[in-house]
Amino acid sequence: MQVLQYLINGISIGAVYAIIALGYTMVYGIAKMLNFAHGDVIMVGAYISFCVTNYLGLPAIVSVIAAMGVCTILGIIIEKLAYKPLRGTSSLAVLITAIGVSYFLQNAAQLIWSSSPKNFTSIVTMDPIALFDGRLIITGEVLVTVLISALVMVGLTLFTGKTKTGKAMRAVSEDRDAAQLMGINVNQTISTTFAIGSALAAIAGVLLCSTVPTLMPTTGSMPGIRAFTAAVLGGIGSIPGAMLGGILLGIIETLSKAYLSTQFSDAIVFSVLIIILLVKPAGLLGKQVQEKV
Amino acid sequence: MKKFVALLLAALMAVSLFAGCGASGDEGTTPQTEATGSASGDEGTTPQSESTDSANAGSEAPALKIGMTGPLTGSTSEYGLAVRGGMEIAVEEINAMGGLQIEFRAEDDEADGSDKAVSAYNTLKDWGMQIFAGAVTTGSSLAIAAETVNDQIFMLTPSASAADVAMTGPNIYQMCFTDPNQGASAAELMAQEWPEAVIGVIYDSSDAYSSGIADGFLSKAEELGLNVAVDDAAFTADNKADLSTQVTQCKDAGCDMVFLPFYYTEAAQVLTYADTIGYQPTFFGCDGMDGILNVEGFDTSLAEGLVLMTPFDANATDEATVSFVTKFKENNDGKIPNQFAADGYDVIYALYDACVAAGIDGNTPAEEACQLLQEQFATLTIDGLTGKGMTWDENGMIAKDPAAVVVTDGVYVPLG
Repeated sequence: MQVLQYLINGISIGAVYAIIALGYTMVYGIAKMLNFAHGDVIMVGAYISFCVTNYLGLPAIVSVIAAMGVCTILGIIIEKLAYKPLRGTSSLAVLITAIGVSYFLQNAAQLIWSSSPKNFTSIVTMDPIALFDGRLIITGEVLVTVLISALVMVGLTLFTGKTKTGKAMRAVSEDRDAAQLMGINVNQTISTTFAIGSALAAIAGVLLCSTVPTLMPTTGSMPGIRAFTAAVLGGIGSIPGAMLGGILLGIIETLSKAYLSTQFSDAIVFSVLIIILLVKPAGLLGKQVQEKV
Repeated sequence: MKKFVALLLAALMAVSLFAGCGASGDEGTTPQTEATGSASGDEGTTPQSESTDSANAGSEAPALKIGMTGPLTGSTSEYGLAVRGGMEIAVEEINAMGGLQIEFRAEDDEADGSDKAVSAYNTLKDWGMQIFAGAVTTGSSLAIAAETVNDQIFMLTPSASAADVAMTGPNIYQMCFTDPNQGASAAELMAQEWPEAVIGVIYDSSDAYSSGIADGFLSKAEELGLNVAVDDAAFTADNKADLSTQVTQCKDAGCDMVFLPFYYTEAAQVLTYADTIGYQPTFFGCDGMDGILNVEGFDTSLAEGLVLMTPFDANATDEATVSFVTKFKENNDGKIPNQFAADGYDVIYALYDACVAAGIDGNTPAEEACQLLQEQFATLTIDGLTGKGMTWDENGMIAKDPAAVVVTDGVYVPLG
């Protein structure tokens, strides 16, 4: 019974990692860059949602939409100001800029919302389900998080597979120059990717803080790094991979905390990552691309 | 013409050099204006104030220079600003009394454990600091402590609680409990009030404060024969985002008392999760838990019944506390002082009492003041906001009665 409880806890946090990882994976797959500021966009989304519910007194669903709106605009602005001018330069320059944006967002949040933590009120009002005389408890947050991340994954898969914009994204991801020659507006496609990625970040932020209520300017950074790990584990660039990687990471983390050691859980998680990457360098569901020389 | 251009360039460069100095000195300017502000604040009440203002030019003894460093900006600024606020009130009160005058200056160390803290300390030294009343955080205090030993400057930290701080040298004293002592007194309190409890301990193994208390608690609990069912539910700074596993472990082990020796940030998370899964043990926190009721968005009903050890209760009705809280609120936009502010206040009064007894004033060199203060602190007894009859042992660690409160209807009520 205990195992089940830990599994559920693991899936719950893993589903949050999965949504964050989806954002990483999309941006990486299409713009071929690691957006390290993604974790901090999550934090901004959570703050916006917090402000809308606590200061304006509006219902939770409005706050989520507001957070998505603000994050989408923020994502587009970041892309236009920080990343677009560097397109075509070395990937290292873009990476460093992304780290810079991450610090910028954290410090800006510290100025606006102060460093003292806020307690996020969960947007889920459902009562927890108690099974087996309360020995197994499934909270509403778990159900909502898993459901939403599954929906987002299916939605994204359909979007990239069926719509014109989605197909353009895939084209840019495969070969940017060829896509441009085919008449695809690469800049616009990348902007759209950032917009979608940031809107996902807002959802992730709200779900993350509904599961783990402490909201601080640094809230997004650690989950961001874990989600990045999850994306690599699942195969970066792959949408189902991000989902699988996120849930696996959450489960491994929780089980190793529960049965092996709470202090070494990170070491265990990352050892698993190393072993998987040694066996499958492209990640679990990543495509092995043959380099032709 | 060429000469003129060259001169102009040289002049520009010189100006830019000064501009650079101005920018780096900026941090010091704000507190300094405040220091003069507090000195001029008593202009109306005491005739002596003029000599304080022009301290260096005056023929009387200049004001005693006390310096403090703490995080005034950044993620832990809450603590630094609270300590500074408490100290400023004490300085204002003392200067208004006449007699020994104090000039106070605070520098920002950003809670950094290395060069930033030391450079903040050096700035104070250049200013002519005679006594050091910092630093606020343990990391910065450890970095500065070694320097004060070399410089022979007396150090009384308001809130750096690691035992290592006091052990660095004979000139270093603490106003707050050391971590292991706090853990031990928590165990004693539990043995007294809840001898039958099944206890679970969750702590942050990557944090010196939290693990220090947990170690002190566990060894004392063993000595007292307490029933500790879970003692390894630790977390680290990197994985503290999700504490549900640790709470579940305590629940499964049947703990009806959970000891949480860490800061309220994570504690809010533990309380929220426990409520979600319907787990209702007695939660027991330490002084880092103080502030949990002020977390924005936190449902205070979740903290109902929470026991915490805190040396200071802003709701207490004794005269000293009420007056302090009123003044603090006036100076800080209605903010309620926490124990850090009270520690800061007590530090200044402890130093003041010792200086008056030893005859230290603005003319006493720092090394001499250090010697005299060490002699004073060996026998000094202080009644302050954070305790009555406080004394210090030969290591510079404080001895005072631990006080605990229970959260009842959203406010602190003394335990027992």
